[in-house]
Amino acid sequence: MSDTAVVTPVIQLKNVSKTFGEVQSLKDIDFHINAGEIVGLLGDNGAGKSTLIKTIMGFHTPDPGGEIYFKGELLKDWSVHKARGIGIETVYQERALCDQQSIWRNMFMGRERRNKLGLLDVAGMRKEAARLMSDHMGFTSNAVHPENTVMTMSGGEKQGVAIARALYFHAEVVILDEPTMGLSLSETKKTLNFIRSIKEAGKSAIFIDHNIFHVYPVVDRIIILDRGMIAASLVKDEIPIENLMEGLQHLARTGSWSA
Amino acid sequence: MAIDETYLAQESSGDSPSEEESRVDRSKPPSVWRRFGLQIGIGAVGALIWLLFLISAPVVFLKPSIYLAFASTTPLFLIIALALTFVIITGEIDLSFPAVMALSMVSFTWVFQNGGFLGVAFLAAIVTGALAGAFNGYLVGKMGIPAVVITIGTSFLFRGLELAAMSGSGFPLTDPAMDPLRQVLVGRWFFGIPMQFIWVVILAILLWALLNRSRFGSHVFLIGDNATSAKLMGVNVMWTKVGVFMLVGAMAAFAGMIASFEVSYFWPTLGEGTLLNTIAAVFVGGTSPFGGAGSIFGTLIGGLIIGALNAGIVSAGINAFWTQAVFGFVIVASLIMQVVIQKRVRN
Repeated sequence: MSDTAVVTPVIQLKNVSKTFGEVQSLKDIDFHINAGEIVGLLGDNGAGKSTLIKTIMGFHTPDPGGEIYFKGELLKDWSVHKARGIGIETVYQERALCDQQSIWRNMFMGRERRNKLGLLDVAGMRKEAARLMSDHMGFTSNAVHPENTVMTMSGGEKQGVAIARALYFHAEVVILDEPTMGLSLSETKKTLNFIRSIKEAGKSAIFIDHNIFHVYPVVDRIIILDRGMIAASLVKDEIPIENLMEGLQHLARTGSWSA
Repeated sequence: MAIDETYLAQESSGDSPSEEESRVDRSKPPSVWRRFGLQIGIGAVGALIWLLFLISAPVVFLKPSIYLAFASTTPLFLIIALALTFVIITGEIDLSFPAVMALSMVSFTWVFQNGGFLGVAFLAAIVTGALAGAFNGYLVGKMGIPAVVITIGTSFLFRGLELAAMSGSGFPLTDPAMDPLRQVLVGRWFFGIPMQFIWVVILAILLWALLNRSRFGSHVFLIGDNATSAKLMGVNVMWTKVGVFMLVGAMAAFAGMIASFEVSYFWPTLGEGTLLNTIAAVFVGGTSPFGGAGSIFGTLIGGLIIGALNAGIVSAGINAFWTQAVFGFVIVASLIMQVVIQKRVRN
């Protein structure tokens, strides 16, 4: 797994920085993820994790000089729409749902299906949403009608909607930003199983979390962000979880990595 | 896709977090009452007001003439209100449309006077309205200036440009060459039904489809509900906002022409007095002042209620000075009702 440099990564970032006003949130990030690989992204609050994934998603534009590649191809005029178009989907920390809208509108947000006349295929989207909910979220058929609003759902169910949405569009890369936040124990377990299943299907994932006990068991590699820079890039099999924890504590105290 | 068969598949009933949330039976689509309750309520209020008028002044309200008068004046603001519904669903507001009505009439008269075809003059007015709207939309959507403030500014700007261009004087629309457009916009149909009322019906159907059956309409709801979520999912917030303001601009131009042709004269003060009626129609129609919810049907009924109040108060023999107070009451009451409903739904 350590000789992956030969393979063309699914996503590669070269020299990516991001500055907001006078604050530099990301500094010269070099980062890649290979097909079928799960990369854990660890770091304290404000380390730049969310900024990094929003840059990958095209929500933020990197500062001039930074380059993003998808399967070896340099991406230009990057936008969320294009990122989703080539198969990068994100399950955001804030879930990115619209509460007052129906489940099907949320599932197809930004990529609404249209019929031949250019009108919304409402019936088709409702049916797909119902299918996704029973296939992927374990609702027995018709347990939840897709016309109900997201407001009526629990936290775990909302997360289910966000995850089912990310999957529906046949993502090559699924980015999960703190997907276990606010979930109950069993919901967390399901989410972690789900992340494993991404790998089994040969897709890639970036998994961001505070909790290394959630991250460690499911990932192949771990990237540690600290104040906008990559402090360490580790292969999981080469570092026991105890050393990882000590390293993180040391990083928090001294600002430098040593495992 | 075999990716996540396990996801939430096991123990899915185990830990539903809040009892309160699971009280709603979600296996069915939300009941008709839950989905259209507000519209039904608005319709009932409208019917009630009509009944009150009918009882208080049966002589007036049993004759068709009051309804024909009503059908000729209500469209002036109702057409704009239908488009303004889009803006308010995105969580914005446009206060400049009265000035846009007049500004686009300047384009119409210019093109017509300089030998342009009637159709070209008509298009020039619509394009002017749409451009003025696009300007508003750019300032709000791209520059991020609060709409309530900036559209006051552009309102003065558009009105000022119009007054300067017309040197403050009007323009008669009596040239027989204009007759075809006059017929189409404000002619009288069977039994004297005003054409402008037919236009309300046509535009209501078209705009209903745009709001509920187009991608653009979907994005209008999503942006008004949660703009950040929509942006994270790749919805182009800026262009959608430009789009909704353009729609209001174009409809203001259309309504401006109807209002002018109805009196065969373009008054430089055209549009004054439409602001309150239009906004009232949208809010009375149940469109949320917080954005994210609203309906064309609601606005249609809301506009009819406002129009009926206009016509009815005077016809019912109530002192006309009371009209404003009644309007104010209706707007305030409908907004309070909405906030109360919203709070109840949220909790």
